[in-house]
Amino acid sequence: MRLFVNITLGGVAEGLIFSSVALGLVLIFRATNIINFAQGAMAMLTTFIAFSVLGKGVGYWPAFLVALACGLLLGGVVQLTLVRPVQNKPPLNAVIVTFGLLIFLEGIAGAIWGNTNRGFPAAFSQKGLVVGKTAVAFSHFDIFIVVAVLALSILVGVLFRFTTVGLRMRAAAFAPEAARLLGVRVGRLLTLGWALAAVAGALAGLLVAPTSVFSPGYMDLILVYAFTAAVLGGLDSPLGALVGGVITGLALAYVGGYLGGSLQPIGALVLLIVVLMIRPEGIFSQPTARRV
Amino acid sequence: MIKIGPLPSWARLPRQPLLRHLLFAVVGGVFFYFLTQSLSDFNNFELGELAVYAIAIAGLSVLTGTNGQICLGQGAFVAVGAYTLAELEVHQSINLALQLLAAAAMAGAVGLVIAVPATRLRGPYLAGMTLLFALALPFLSDKYGNFFGGDQGLTVLPPSAPGSIDPVKWLTWIQLFCALVVMLLLANLLSSRFGRSFRAVRDDEVAAALAGVHVARNKVIAFVVSSACAGLAGGLLALSSGVVNTGEFPLSLSIFILAGMVLGGTGSVFGAWWGSILVVYLPNQWSQSLGNTFHFNHLVSANFAVIAFGAILIVMMLVAPSGIQGGVRWLGRRLVTFSTPTEPAGNISVSLQQAAEPQRSHDGSEAEHPPTDSGAAG
Amino acid sequence: MLEVENLSVAYGAVQALKGVSLRAETGSITAVLGANGAGKTTLLRAISGLVSTQTGTVRFGSRTLTGMPVERIVQSGVGHVPEGGLVITELTVAENLELGAAWRYGRRERARHLNEVYDLFPALKERSSQHASSLSGGERQMLAIGRAVVSHPSLLLLDEPSLGLAPIITANLMAVLLELTRQEDLTVLLVEQNARSALSIANWAVVINLGTVVVSDRAETVAADSDLRHHYLGF
Repeated sequence: MRLFVNITLGGVAEGLIFSSVALGLVLIFRATNIINFAQGAMAMLTTFIAFSVLGKGVGYWPAFLVALACGLLLGGVVQLTLVRPVQNKPPLNAVIVTFGLLIFLEGIAGAIWGNTNRGFPAAFSQKGLVVGKTAVAFSHFDIFIVVAVLALSILVGVLFRFTTVGLRMRAAAFAPEAARLLGVRVGRLLTLGWALAAVAGALAGLLVAPTSVFSPGYMDLILVYAFTAAVLGGLDSPLGALVGGVITGLALAYVGGYLGGSLQPIGALVLLIVVLMIRPEGIFSQPTARRV
Repeated sequence: MIKIGPLPSWARLPRQPLLRHLLFAVVGGVFFYFLTQSLSDFNNFELGELAVYAIAIAGLSVLTGTNGQICLGQGAFVAVGAYTLAELEVHQSINLALQLLAAAAMAGAVGLVIAVPATRLRGPYLAGMTLLFALALPFLSDKYGNFFGGDQGLTVLPPSAPGSIDPVKWLTWIQLFCALVVMLLLANLLSSRFGRSFRAVRDDEVAAALAGVHVARNKVIAFVVSSACAGLAGGLLALSSGVVNTGEFPLSLSIFILAGMVLGGTGSVFGAWWGSILVVYLPNQWSQSLGNTFHFNHLVSANFAVIAFGAILIVMMLVAPSGIQGGVRWLGRRLVTFSTPTEPAGNISVSLQQAAEPQRSHDGSEAEHPPTDSGAAG
Repeated sequence: MLEVENLSVAYGAVQALKGVSLRAETGSITAVLGANGAGKTTLLRAISGLVSTQTGTVRFGSRTLTGMPVERIVQSGVGHVPEGGLVITELTVAENLELGAAWRYGRRERARHLNEVYDLFPALKERSSQHASSLSGGERQMLAIGRAVVSHPSLLLLDEPSLGLAPIITANLMAVLLELTRQEDLTVLLVEQNARSALSIANWAVVINLGTVVVSDRAETVAADSDLRHHYLGF
């Protein structure tokens, strides 16, 4: 029972990290019909930048903010320079461009920081909390993960639901031509959407790094887990990404806890197959929003 | 511009695609026979590798260029083929041809498992799933180290050559023979009923379905063909590398193969050879000589190939999505026109521009597609 | 005043407009008539910048619209109600209207302008918090028009607003349009297949056939010309 509780707690924290990456994937997908396969690699790059900033001895939180700011910038630049030219081409072109960017960024990071496994500091203690007299596998850092990802989700929710920019972004995503006819600068909003998605990714990068080996490829698996989470949630639903991330995190935690960690990727593959066979449109998809 | 008058009948290419493809394969075979005679052992080894990667690329090219789907984990299917051949060799000594067929069949079967769920919906599902597959596969050999040989991997003996034939040359012949046969089969597949329905699905799934094409089945078949090609390539690769372990099939292999396809010309079976040159030479020889010229430090050297492949993927997509073979055809049309309308050779390819249905553009028309992109076929 | 001069548009090899010229006086309603595929929709899309033009210019007041991006054309006072309305079904009725007003008015003023639209189309007020997907065809058309007029454009391009609507609803829509042009200096370009109802409120009529203007005259004159009606307008 204790094992089960610990695995569950770990799964929730891990799952919220997937949610954060999945949220980035969904924001981009529903605005542009593109899955950004470089989402993880972009987060990796911003986390390495934070790593270098930390090396200058400025402390954790400035480095944290630098990473988020670099995410914002990187997302916007990638959209403007690489994605915009393939925006109205067949979707495969965008897949290839973002996939190329994935490997390109990993190569660049390897060339600058090396391909060795490093450690990345955590914002808070990673030692398990003690509840009553029993230690549980849930640390201050895990609490930080929960708070940070939920705060991000709420911010995104408020932005979309209650602000004019959010209204414009939704309009641009659902009906670009109608939005333009209402004076919405769709092109700019797409850039902004990529920038925001990259911030969500940058946050995930910072949250993952202390819990795993830290090397240029450390976000690869996180990306595909987040993809699984996003498909589970419906690919175009931010709420679905959040819930899908937690479900995926839990499922993989149980696979890892009871069957062995090296089966987690296979577990994710099986989960994805099951989702596509049983409910391919995901849990939270709005049927009207889906442009198949 | 060179204008050439009506060719005499003996100089024209056969009208039937089957005969024409067979003619190309035979000419290719003769060419390669004499080439292998004049090359050193090492160069023959490289030529064999070229043939192997050309198989994997050609399969992917058919999938992407003519069926509008993509596999981001072609390297993982290569691994499936390599492990299949190695397992067969370890546990049971059977005929080499059967081993290679088994490698292709196993990869095709795995492809079936991936494709059936992923092709139920239109969208990025297959791309994401194949990427997940490529990343997940190495963990299987970690988990089941006894069966897959762990980090050491499995050893494969090179095939024994009959008579006094040089074993390296024999293996190269096997690999070249397989490549020519696969390309012949793929070219014929594309000019058959299947090829037409592949393209119909790529161009417009709804219209294809209305015309009686079973869209999901069609996509699954194309994916299985592509996976089987990768599996065969994996089997052949195992023969020449002598050992099969997970280190040989990193994610970057899948990316190299994809970049090879894009560079060679998506949808072009012949273009696979161009891409294969890149996959064989860029990570090793070219990286080294560039590194020596520009004095790369060891970190840059270690990462040069992936950076270059990433850059190639991006730049080709932005600048020249129809690849080298697209450029060759364009040049060919520019320089030579036949005054009789002979059917162009290798009429099996399309540019990636056409590789999927035109997406809705903001003005509701397709005018944004530059006309040069749609003319790359043929 | 709207001035269109020598406008040509092609989709690939298909020439949709061949040198179309027309003028529309400020405060007038101009009916653009013609058969299916004549180029009426293309004309509107070219004016609002949704399709790029080969030749020709579009001037509105002192501005040249040609070559400007759609958003900026809209922001210089051009409202376009596209064919079918294109209401954003994922948003609520109020959100659709907010979006139409957002480029021009701040948050506070928007409420007032939304209320003006609700006065024009009371049916929308009842459904303001519902998703636009729940609206009937007529209500969608009202929302599409309301969304375009909420920002008080000076030029309104209407593409088949009566398509698929019951005659009574069409009559209501036309009455609202007439009212709008009387209240403010609104210039309207009204594309209709239903020539009869369009001519009933229009001051001017332009008949387009195969991408060229064949007739351009007062609405009453066109309505009275039976040859013309038989040839191009089918009534």
